[in-house]
Amino acid sequence: MAIVKVCGLETEYGIVVRGVDSNPVTASSLLINSYLADLSSVGFDVESERPGADARGRELSWEPDPDVDSLLVNAMLTNGARYYVDHAHPEMSIPEVADAREAVVWDAAGDAIVRRSMELANRVLPDGAEVVIHRNNSDGKGNSYGCHENYLVDRAVPFGLVVRGITPHFVTRQIFTGAGKVGSERPGRTTDEVGYQITQRADFFEEPVGLETTVKRPIVNTRDEPHCDPERYRRLHVIVGDANMSEMATFLKVATTAIVLAMIEDGAMPANIELADPVADIRRISHDPSLRATVEMADGRRMRAIDVQWELLAAATTWAQRHGFDAVAGEEVGALALREWEQVLTGLDTDPERVADVVDWVAKRRLIEAYAARHDLRPGSARLRAIDMQYHDLRPQRCLAARAGLRRITTDDEVRAAMTDPPGSTRAYFRGRCLSKFGDAVVAANWDSMVFDVGSGPLRRVPMNEPLRGTESMVGNVIDSSSSAGELLRRIAG
Amino acid sequence: MSESMHEQRRSSSQDATTEVEPSESTRAEELRDELDDLLDEIDEVLETNAEEFVRSYVQKGGE
Repeated sequence: MAIVKVCGLETEYGIVVRGVDSNPVTASSLLINSYLADLSSVGFDVESERPGADARGRELSWEPDPDVDSLLVNAMLTNGARYYVDHAHPEMSIPEVADAREAVVWDAAGDAIVRRSMELANRVLPDGAEVVIHRNNSDGKGNSYGCHENYLVDRAVPFGLVVRGITPHFVTRQIFTGAGKVGSERPGRTTDEVGYQITQRADFFEEPVGLETTVKRPIVNTRDEPHCDPERYRRLHVIVGDANMSEMATFLKVATTAIVLAMIEDGAMPANIELADPVADIRRISHDPSLRATVEMADGRRMRAIDVQWELLAAATTWAQRHGFDAVAGEEVGALALREWEQVLTGLDTDPERVADVVDWVAKRRLIEAYAARHDLRPGSARLRAIDMQYHDLRPQRCLAARAGLRRITTDDEVRAAMTDPPGSTRAYFRGRCLSKFGDAVVAANWDSMVFDVGSGPLRRVPMNEPLRGTESMVGNVIDSSSSAGELLRRIAG
Repeated sequence: MSESMHEQRRSSSQDATTEVEPSESTRAEELRDELDDLLDEIDEVLETNAEEFVRSYVQKGGE
């Protein structure tokens, strides 16, 4: 029986500081600390002469300070997200959500928080200097960083079955989830061979399954840190995807993956779509934007990536008719997912230009090819690489994706609200509301527990092992009507 | 361009458009115009020193 696909996204952002010397760890810390300082500065006028003065008494600085023992900022926000420095990148992990559409809303809010952070950090930097953030996965020089997805899966399903079932989708979904890239970072491949490819990340995957995330990256990651009841649940940690600028692409990425995982749990996967060599295939498909490349199946047939996706969609349609959409949080989102999945495949199979409003690699290629034609540029030339990068630039005045006519699935109002409000559908609600209303009493906030100081007696630890408890419908009223953390804890314990 | 050539172009383009569905050609024109405007915009917002911008963009590996 498929369980509700509680899910989340973690995005590592590219970061550079222009106009002043800095290292990425310091820059990332400045970025996040600027945002946190602004949040905590109730009544503090950030337009005043000392914008670097944090109300908590610390000066924000872009310069590495040897006396500060740890610059590795790590904060839980009132929307339930975690905002932190990881491996020299600022990283945003959105709160747990119950469906793909909520994932897009809180993901967009994450970007909005990062943009706000950029504005605030720039006030601390010297005149003319600025922090530049990219929502991408590759610097074009052999270094990669991820946009990870997480999905709640029934622990009772053998992991081998999950690997076998999900691999074909991970390898072929790139035809609508890929964010596109000029050139290749495989040793020996030149831009004459790979002028433009479908994904940012495919070049970096070397294993079918494994624990690594920073080298020899595996298509299916075996990390097993559920952050919830380990007897009942697995958190599938997915590292294979690109970060998307298109909201619809993010929606499709999360929704289709949730559906395929639910099908695996329900034993509803089509037979015979196992790939013979997924590692070679993920690159072969990525390097062929014509979408004609075929891959060998375990049974010897050859299929195009899009044919594998058509089979998955057909199986999903049958599965939904039989089991309904409970596992993907309901009819509305589930039916939308199937409709949009079919539409994007139809578009790709007819003329990819038709889905330039949904698929990032198509939208980006359209800009690059038209620009190359207008200025008579060779593939791989600097200006085309600059377009590739600037597609992902989060500065509003520079972002090319924002100008490419991509379809929205969120509204500005709900994204703005999601910067501070948690989703009502998961335990993130409890976390976010407590941080907002009883922040002073919160000693620690983790994914699966919180620790409170209620003013007297020992610290109180509240376990949060069930992702679907602590929702708005379960705890909204008691939080609203409690005037202290102590009162809240008494009432939910009773 | 000489007048006679100009006339030739105009009459031949008139011949061409009478064969095509009006909605198709206007839609295709719309898309081309949109793309042209977009390219103009890219020219404006693209980093002025693309070589330097791309060359200097290096990241640490992440997950």
